[in-house]
Amino acid sequence: MNVIVCVKQVPGTNEVKMNKETNTIIREGVEAIINPFDTYAVEEGARIKEETGGKATVLSMGIPSVAELLKETISVGMDEAVLLSDRAFAGSDSLATSYALSMGIKKIGDCDLIICGKQAMDGDTAQVGPGLAEKLGIPHTTYVRKIEEIKDGYIRCQRMTEDGYEVIEMPLPAVITVVKEINEPRLPSLKGKMKAKKTEVTVWTADDIGADKALCGLSGSPTQVVKTFVPEHNVDSEMIVGTPEEQARNLARKLLSMQFAIQVQEDE
Amino acid sequence: MDYFLTEEQQMIKEIAARIAREKIKPVALKYDEEGIFPRDIVKILADSDLCGVYIEEEYGGFGGGIFEMALVVEELSKACGGIALSFAGTGLGAFPIILFGTEEQKQKFLPDIAAGTKLAAFGLTEANAGSDAAGIQTTAVLDGDEYILNGTKQWITNGGEADVYTVIACTNREKGARGFSAFIVEKGTPGFSFGKKENKMGIRASVTSELVFEDCRIPKENLLYREGMGFIVAMKTLDRTRPGVAAQALGIAQGALDEALKYSQEREQFGKSISSFQAVQHMLADMAIQIEAARALVYQTCRYIDSGAKVFSKESAMSKVFASDTAMKVTIDAVQVMGGYGYMKEYPVEKMMRDAKITQIYEGTNQIQRNVIALEMIKELKGK
Repeated sequence: MNVIVCVKQVPGTNEVKMNKETNTIIREGVEAIINPFDTYAVEEGARIKEETGGKATVLSMGIPSVAELLKETISVGMDEAVLLSDRAFAGSDSLATSYALSMGIKKIGDCDLIICGKQAMDGDTAQVGPGLAEKLGIPHTTYVRKIEEIKDGYIRCQRMTEDGYEVIEMPLPAVITVVKEINEPRLPSLKGKMKAKKTEVTVWTADDIGADKALCGLSGSPTQVVKTFVPEHNVDSEMIVGTPEEQARNLARKLLSMQFAIQVQEDE
Repeated sequence: MDYFLTEEQQMIKEIAARIAREKIKPVALKYDEEGIFPRDIVKILADSDLCGVYIEEEYGGFGGGIFEMALVVEELSKACGGIALSFAGTGLGAFPIILFGTEEQKQKFLPDIAAGTKLAAFGLTEANAGSDAAGIQTTAVLDGDEYILNGTKQWITNGGEADVYTVIACTNREKGARGFSAFIVEKGTPGFSFGKKENKMGIRASVTSELVFEDCRIPKENLLYREGMGFIVAMKTLDRTRPGVAAQALGIAQGALDEALKYSQEREQFGKSISSFQAVQHMLADMAIQIEAARALVYQTCRYIDSGAKVFSKESAMSKVFASDTAMKVTIDAVQVMGGYGYMKEYPVEKMMRDAKITQIYEGTNQIQRNVIALEMIKELKGK
């Protein structure tokens, strides 16, 4: 069974800098990690490949340095790595990303299952997985916590809900997005690291995958971020000072006055 | 300090360091307190391909030497010297086969050890035979196609958990040191059982047991090397694996310094961090100096051995003595820097201090090591 796992690079720190013109995250020069949710997708992809045979390919869209991160996934079970990298992809929203990835998947070809993490740690949209399925015209299930069975042409999985889970069957090929409950990602092995060292990441441009540039990057993104800002929290606080007795007295007085205010409100 | 590790050695170190940090550190205190053997960690080491780093490629290993083994032991020991011993003790049990095994013996036993599906152990010590290994009472008598083993081995690391045991027994009492032979005994062999499990001061996540042989019959093919060469097998094995103990000591010491340094920056007294006090700074500096000197000696000894050197008892002994004495001193100082907190179990340095002590004792006490070093020097002088 051939599996494609889509991963995203996200900033590894909390010190995120924004591009003021495009209001998108500046990814150059920032320590990058693989989106933690995607590591569960990688592990699940590796397990399916190992159990059913076939090939596991990791796919990402991003700046050239993402290739190094994709190599890390080779050390934990992926066979091949493909990176979509082109200036034309810059500023993609979730729709343009879904489009580019879908074109990459079509070019890789011969795929039974596509696995994504449930969402990215930075954008938190959770849209790319379902978007990808729509672009490819295949079914999808989100928040998968367990694959009960996967056979030729068919998958049955558990979709996590707030108070339990649903059991969903779909024909293959299909897209699933997975939650962290699905597995415990392995640590890199020595053989895996040796293999990763030798692996060349395939890099494709927009032309390579036959993408319509109008649908890529900023021009293909209906979502325009108008402004990004850190919300200000103004909390009025007052330190009650004095001896313990005075503090207690002042605190009691304040609480009583607040209770009065609440009573007034109720009376109204 | 950059020790110019090869790319492969760097990878091994990184993998082991990550296992230590993410998998061992969180369980170290619990496993120590409850004396839990780290089967789960062994599985992780196996899945990461670390179990065979020192075993030749044709037997499923990575093809490294004692240096690769030491790098793993050091990294694991930074988090727990006891858990690291499941790996290091296996190395001690496997090296007699690596060094002296026939092709058939290697084919039979090494691939499972390299894959991490079987652990190994080495059985030399007995109640009356410690530093003086010539006092071994366990006997092996050839009877047709089988040897019959009788006797009890004591304080055997991985005893009961390992599947493959290399054991030294007496085959001819009259020949003295030339009367011992080495054998491979598999767990499950009738007449081979495990006795008392020791309750230890430190390395409590490692199991230390008696091996009991009662008319235990093993096939003749399980004799290692030749009859009468058991003492040589044991000594050559220990010469080679001693830097493994040194690496364990080194890891424990580094782990303790890391904890003490971190704590010294967090702990405030007299309005500032205690790391700003010269009394503490000098202790930390001395710890770091000794550790770096130990590391330089251990790494260089490993490289010397792996280069194909023939005689290295002295160097091997020096690395073990220096690193283990360093570990003891550094862990005591780490507890001191951390004061009352260092003495408490909620911080890991008290355990490191308990773990460090054994490295001065086992695989030859540091006093015996000094004997070896001095006698080698005298021998060298006479040879000139």
